[in-house]
Amino acid sequence: MNKLWIVCSCLIIWSCRSDDQARHVVVTTTGKIISIDSASWPSSFHLGRPASPAEIEKMDIDVRPDGVGLPAGEGKAIAGKVIYMTKCVACHGTDTTSPDAKLLGPVLVSTKPGKNKTIGNYWPYATTLFDYVRRAMPYNEPGSLTNEEVYQLTAFLLQANKVIGENEVMNAKTLPKVVMPAQNRFIPDDRRGGAEVR
Amino acid sequence: MEEHSKDINQDKGSMGKPISRRILLGGAATAAVVMLKSSYGQIVQKAITQAELKISDPTKEPGPPPGVLGTRSTFEQPVKKPSDTSSRTPLQDLFGTITPSDLHYERHHAGVPVIDPHNYTLTIHGMVEKPLVFSLAELKRFPSVTRTFFLECSGNYRGGKEEMTPQEICGLTSQSEWTGVMLSTLFREVGVKPKASWFLAEGSDAAVMTRSVPVSKGWEDAMIAYAQNGEAIRPEQGYPARLLLPGWEGNTSVKWLRRIELSDQPFMTREETAKYSEAVKDGKIRQFSFVMDARSIITYPAYPQQLQKGWMEIRGIAWSGRGKIYKVEVSTNGGKTWNAATLQEPVLDKAHTAFRYLWDWKGGEAELMSRAIDETGYVQPTMKQLIDARGKDMGGYHLNPVTSWLVQRDGRVLFKTERQ
Ligand code: HEC
Repeated sequence: MNKLWIVCSCLIIWSCRSDDQARHVVVTTTGKIISIDSASWPSSFHLGRPASPAEIEKMDIDVRPDGVGLPAGEGKAIAGKVIYMTKCVACHGTDTTSPDAKLLGPVLVSTKPGKNKTIGNYWPYATTLFDYVRRAMPYNEPGSLTNEEVYQLTAFLLQANKVIGENEVMNAKTLPKVVMPAQNRFIPDDRRGGAEVR
Repeated sequence: MEEHSKDINQDKGSMGKPISRRILLGGAATAAVVMLKSSYGQIVQKAITQAELKISDPTKEPGPPPGVLGTRSTFEQPVKKPSDTSSRTPLQDLFGTITPSDLHYERHHAGVPVIDPHNYTLTIHGMVEKPLVFSLAELKRFPSVTRTFFLECSGNYRGGKEEMTPQEICGLTSQSEWTGVMLSTLFREVGVKPKASWFLAEGSDAAVMTRSVPVSKGWEDAMIAYAQNGEAIRPEQGYPARLLLPGWEGNTSVKWLRRIELSDQPFMTREETAKYSEAVKDGKIRQFSFVMDARSIITYPAYPQQLQKGWMEIRGIAWSGRGKIYKVEVSTNGGKTWNAATLQEPVLDKAHTAFRYLWDWKGGEAELMSRAIDETGYVQPTMKQLIDARGKDMGGYHLNPVTSWLVQRDGRVLFKTERQ
């Protein structure tokens, strides 16, 4: 799948890094030429300080679909359910919550087809769940969950949405391998201006 | 509002000075309610305060001395329209194309953070030669650029009832003059590796919001903006620095930007998978639909204005994320015939462009429409064309339909709603 995205974002960057360091010229896919007049620029402005590996590691909390960025630790749905029922249910409800209930957050568990767009029927990658819950949830206390808790919650949400079984363990190896039901529905943008409406 | 009716109490004492309304009304905060005529001729009710009443004859008493901060006239009270997650620009109250910074639309995912500019840093790392951390002062020392661009949330269409203002229909778009450093300048400084094809932009709000962006956009025209309309960027718009991707859906222009990571693939964050993706035909879901297609809206006349017969200027704004607006056409008969509107120069790339069309309303029913055509030849579609292209289950993102205003015989102007 990743090849697809690389191709669709392809663009020719032609940096005139010749001897004279003239200017950087960019030719976009639409054929526009943008040039920044950097003729008089030094090769570096010597602004900014080096980012140390330790510093980067602290900030670099993102998780990619191929699993890069997933930390050590693991979790199962049963433990995740306990956390969910204390830290998440008030805003997100359960599969049995009445559809009329006024919830602060979106529905997270939906096993009935055509109902809410959520993890089981809409999300294309399981890694996104880990990444998002770790960075942004619980909404009232973001960043408060341990990696272990996030694995447990991820396992519970995947299991409750019938993507994985009750006894499956989620960790840095297994999570990227989970194939989400909606993944093959995702297509890149095919709008490109011009006369056609897409 | 240009004029106000003369029924403001003009009681004069024997010395010719106005009698204090505070004495008359026992110190009520609202001293009187009067009917005012807005500059478009609409009659509105307005509470007049003590301070305003004092201006009964401005030529007879000196005004306040120069101050440290300007203020709006107390007769002008444009406001944003907030919901739980966003706040809309009052397009119908604006002139020209620059949105006053305090009326810029807002959309954020966990509120507006307070960031100390002295502690602010932007880290660029990943597939680069030299991972670097920049302070705000350092970002400001780089060669700078100033450019005018619109921003628009891709979920910028509401319908469902006739009584809707331009603000309610599509107020999630605003325009500013932005100043900052081109991302390409920083890319050059850190030495982006040729194999890097995407970068992650991360904000330092409570959502630590992230989006993946093709590196090509970074080389093309992305900016790190630290100023807006001549001053430091507002907190709601990303203080002290934000990413700005001209012409692309607002969510990608990550505010409160703290980190950029170069990669050879997208990160598939929640905001580019679960959100900001839209159902199209055959059960497919369109993803990474970055560019905002061409759109326009008539902001005058529009609900809730009350028209009076005679000549008027039909006014509005048009914009395209793909380049310049080439043409705007206006119809006064529901699309039977179209006429070219006048575009206000200069017409800028990926920017709100003001248009106007002279019209003599003789009093009958009329249907006013505008459609934008951009330099790629794209013509703003109707809702029907959008449904035909994307299917009945199309999502709510990237809806840019031609908008119609139905002028009633009695001069009321109603929104012709086509979809909930
Ligand atoms: C105080 C209310 C609240 C609590 C508690 C809360 N959330 Fe949320 N959650 C929200 C809101 C509001 C959103 C939507 C945020 C947005 O749209 O940016 C959200 C969004 C989410 C989403 C993304 C849903 C989607 O369809 O995009 C996930 C997943 C999620 N929360 C998981 C959790 C988990 C797991 C917990 C418990 C650890 C939790 N939340 C606790 C309010 C809450």
